[in-house]
Amino acid sequence: MSPRAACRLATLGFTQVHDYVLGKVDWLARNQPVAGTDADTPTIGQHLRHEVSTARPDEPVAVLRARVATSAHRFALVTTAEGTLLGRLRAAALDDGDPDRAVSEVMEPGPSTLRPHEPAAAIKARLVEKGLTYAIVADPDGRLLGTVHPADL
Amino acid sequence: MTAIDYPQLRRLLDDGAQLVEVLPAGEYGEMHLPGAVNIPLKTLDAATTAGLERTRPVIVYCWDAL
Repeated sequence: MSPRAACRLATLGFTQVHDYVLGKVDWLARNQPVAGTDADTPTIGQHLRHEVSTARPDEPVAVLRARVATSAHRFALVTTAEGTLLGRLRAAALDDGDPDRAVSEVMEPGPSTLRPHEPAAAIKARLVEKGLTYAIVADPDGRLLGTVHPADL
Repeated sequence: MTAIDYPQLRRLLDDGAQLVEVLPAGEYGEMHLPGAVNIPLKTLDAATTAGLERTRPVIVYCWDAL
C-alpha cells in the first residue's frame, strides 16, 4: 500500500517522498513507542530482562563459566560486538565442555527468538504450556534485546 | 520516491521529515507511529495533502511490505 501512496504523492508534485517499506511491523519489532488506543496493550518488550550473561564467540568457555556462576541464570548468550545474537550456551555445555575451547565451538547456534511487540499474555501462556522458563527477544536485525520470563508477564 | 529502512527513517525524522500513515483511519486510531498524520491511501489527493509542507521530506508507511 505504501509504494502506491508514495507514487501518488509524487504525482501530486511532492519531490522528497520516502517509503518506509517495512512499516509498522518493523517499528514495533524494534520495541519503539507507539500512539493510539492500543498503545497500552502489554507486550513482552515492556518486560525485558537484561541481566543474562553474554559472551563473544572467541572467549574461552572457562571465562564465561566463571561469569555465569555469579549470574542469576544458568545459561549465556553469544553475540557479536554489535549485539547480534549468534548462539546460546546452556548449563550442560558450560559445565561439561572443555574449558579451553572457544565459546563459538560449543554454543548452540541460532536459538529461537521472539519479537518485542508480541502480546505478553499470549507469550506467557505459550511459555508455561511448553514448560519454558524464558525466551530470547531480538529485533528484526537479530540484535539481542533481552530475555522474558513467565513470572514477569 | 526512495524506499528506506529503519536507520534511514530515524535520520530523516531527526532532520524534520513528515510522517504519514496511509492505512484506514481505524487502524491509525488503534496504533500509529508517534507524530504521524493519517491520510488513507483511498483519500490521498491534493486536498488531503494540503497540510503537508512540500519543502520537507515526506515518509509514508503502512503495516508491512506485503
